Amino acid sequence: MPINYYIFLSVALFCIGVAGVLTRRNAIIVFMCIELMLNAVNLLLVAFSKMHHLALAATDPNAGINGQLFVFFIMVVAAAEVSVGLAIIAMLYRNTHSVDINFLNRLKH
Amino acid sequence: MNLTQILFWFLSALALFSAIMVVISKNPVHSVLWLIVVFFTISGHYILLNAQFLAIVNLIVYAGAIMVLFLFVIMLMNLNAETEPQKNKWLKMAGVIGGGALLLVLVAALKDADTRNQIAQTGVGDIGLIHNLGLVLFKEYVIPFEISSVLFLSAMVGAVVIGKKE
Repeated sequence: MPINYYIFLSVALFCIGVAGVLTRRNAIIVFMCIELMLNAVNLLLVAFSKMHHLALAATDPNAGINGQLFVFFIMVVAAAEVSVGLAIIAMLYRNTHSVDINFLNRLKH
Repeated sequence: MNLTQILFWFLSALALFSAIMVVISKNPVHSVLWLIVVFFTISGHYILLNAQFLAIVNLIVYAGAIMVLFLFVIMLMNLNAETEPQKNKWLKMAGVIGGGALLLVLVAALKDADTRNQIAQTGVGDIGLIHNLGLVLFKEYVIPFEISSVLFLSAMVGAVVIGKKE
C-alpha cells in the first residue's frame, strides 16, 4: 500500500484523539483518547518501518527493524503509564466522588 | 482491487468509525468497547504489514490487559451515561474545531510531501517476525529493555503508593 494512505489514516486517528481530549470531561475517556493517539503513532511507525525495509532490504536485511522495536518500547511505557494514571483517577474518585477532569484544577493550589 | 486493498480499506473505515464512537459515546463502558474494536483493527493493520509479533502484543497488552483495567475501574466506580459530566456546547464545538484544524494543517502539510512514490511493504518481509525482533532486542537494545523493567517496578510502586488509603 502507498505510505500516504497510512500517514493520512494515522493523522486522522490522532486528530480524533485530540478532539476527544478537548471535548470530553470524564477523566477516563480523556485517558482513553490519549491511548488512541499513542496507537495512531504506533501504526505510523510500523508502516514507516516496512517502507524503510522495502527501500533498503538489498543492502541491510534488518533495515527498518528499529521502528518496530520502538513500537514495542512505546507499548511498554504505555502500560506503565496506564497503571499510574488509573491509580491517580481512582484516588481522584475516592476524594471527590466524581471523575470530572475539572476537579484536577485544585492541584495548582 | 486485490484482497490486501479490500482489507486495508475495510480496517481503515472500521478504525475511524470506532475511534469516532469512542469520543461520542455517552456511556463510558461503550467507549471502552469501541476502543477495543479500534485496537483489533490496528492489530489487523499490523498483520497486513506482516508485523506479527506487534499484532499479538497489541492484542495481549492493549485489548487484553489495559482495556480490562479500564473496564474494571469504570465498573468499580459505577459510571454510566447519567453520571457523565458534560461540557457546555461551545467548549465542545471549540474542541471539535481545534481537532479539525489540526487535521487540516497536517493533511495540507503532508499531501505534497515527497512520499508519494513510497510503498509500505504488505504481506511479505520478515523483520516483523519474533525471531528477528528478538535477536535485535537482546543484542542492540538490551540496556533499554532492562531499564524498562526498572520503569515497570517504579510504576508498580507508584500505583500502590497512590492507590493505598493514607
